[in-house]
Amino acid sequence: MSNLKVNLCGVELNSPLIAASGTFGFGREFAEFYPLSNLGGVSCKGITLKERSGNLPPRIAETEGGILNAVGLQNPGVDHFIKYDLDWLKAQNTVVIANIAGNTVEDYCAMAEKLSATSVDFIELNISCPNVKSGGVQFGTSCETVGNITSEVRKHCKKPLMVKLSPNVTDIAEIAKSAEFNGADVISMINTITGMRIDINSKRPIIRNNTGGLSGPAVFPVAVRMVWQVYNAVKIPIVGMGGISKWQDAVEMLMAGATALQIGTVLFNDPYAPLKINYSLKNYMEEKNISSISELTGSVIPW
Amino acid sequence: MIYDTRPFKLIKNEEIARGIFDWTVENRELSKLAKCGQFVNIKVPGKTLRRPISICDAGENTLRLVFQVKGEGTEIMSRMKVGYEVEILAPLGNGFEIKDGKRYCFVGGGIGVPPLLFSAKQTKNPMVITGFRNKDLVILQDDFKKITDDLYLATDDGSAGIHGFVTDVLKEHLDEIDEVCACGPIPMLKAVADLCRGKVKCQVSLEERMGCGIGACLVCACKTKVGNEEMMTQVCRYGPVYDSEEVFFNE
Repeated sequence: MSNLKVNLCGVELNSPLIAASGTFGFGREFAEFYPLSNLGGVSCKGITLKERSGNLPPRIAETEGGILNAVGLQNPGVDHFIKYDLDWLKAQNTVVIANIAGNTVEDYCAMAEKLSATSVDFIELNISCPNVKSGGVQFGTSCETVGNITSEVRKHCKKPLMVKLSPNVTDIAEIAKSAEFNGADVISMINTITGMRIDINSKRPIIRNNTGGLSGPAVFPVAVRMVWQVYNAVKIPIVGMGGISKWQDAVEMLMAGATALQIGTVLFNDPYAPLKINYSLKNYMEEKNISSISELTGSVIPW
Repeated sequence: MIYDTRPFKLIKNEEIARGIFDWTVENRELSKLAKCGQFVNIKVPGKTLRRPISICDAGENTLRLVFQVKGEGTEIMSRMKVGYEVEILAPLGNGFEIKDGKRYCFVGGGIGVPPLLFSAKQTKNPMVITGFRNKDLVILQDDFKKITDDLYLATDDGSAGIHGFVTDVLKEHLDEIDEVCACGPIPMLKAVADLCRGKVKCQVSLEERMGCGIGACLVCACKTKVGNEEMMTQVCRYGPVYDSEEVFFNE
């Protein structure tokens, strides 16, 4: 009997599919559609030490096969999350991943400390948000800064630590190695690719932030390539994401080297996508006589 | 169930003015949940994002959706054939708050007019003021005539009805009404809100580029003042209808 369960750092996921940060809030809106236990986990909207109001609108633009967004980390702050959202989400019988972002290394450490005392299952270090002026991606684009922030947060983090990488770098494998060397338990990748759209009538960028992060099917091949490169460079598990929108994409990302997956943008098109992918993934496994998802991880046979 | 996504059967698709299409779609379960001022999010083949469209009217089994072709997505929608099953997420957002015993004036501009039809139907003896750029874009006059005698039409160029803006009409009649519900372009909403300030309560329905439509992705933000606190709220979930005094129109 095939089953979709996945073991990630000793934490059992009901499915390899985790809702990606920023597309799923803290889960309540999607719980209106189906029980969140259908998902392997929920990576919560990126949270910061203090509340943030985010960027001015428009914050989204559609592109061919994708979207650009620049929300700018609007969130109620870590204390509010712990007090009002975490217990509810935890009670949904799904794994909770707290995605944290900050202006300084100290911000990240303070949040890791607070969250380590709660019921969250993972802490995901967001050092790849392209849409805020300070913090975010500034920590994620060199081996030195990634290594430094990972080792500092590691000292305060008693939960499995997931480091979310930016694709806006020259050599993502080197960055992943630096995260691994400095104490990351899991790599999650990729965050969005920086992009821009311009309204040809007004000559204004469609997004108020001028630039935004590209996600959706358009980035999928880039994500597969990067996951494969990182899989070949590190020993720790990878949570692969970037444009997964159908079960074939999920299989492909697993074959590239992912242990689990995150899906996001497709939820705006079809909120039921995770259920459909789960169903088809199970059929595929039964057809191919695969008993565990882990058999697919890294099973690509490169030329 | 508050909202869900289901196939709706397209049973009518008619161009009622240049580039403006009038749909009737059928799905019993979700149609009966609709309240005035809410909207739906429509899946368009080949597009990553759904298209948010206001609910113009609702029957027992059907929703009426009137939309303008603005880009590729709405252009694809305009060509959909009767009988096609359209995937629609509905109903979404908080609509107009209609109280008993008050006289309402519904003020609409352009493609902001459609959601006012269902809303006006919920009230007794409504006043309705509609404005359009020119006569070619005038819509829904016969529908409003069925529910009220107090209907005004204004066009920017005077090619139909009164030559002027909806606010020119509204300011003549402010003392006849208790509350205003408005939907239309931001400059119009701001002008309506300015006219109403200190005189009558005004609710405005906003438009913003949206993602999920249910309040999870936080892309459709509006700067608002709730209580004494300034904050970004999500147009899809907290709105699309706001008290006009809550909205910062300039930002």
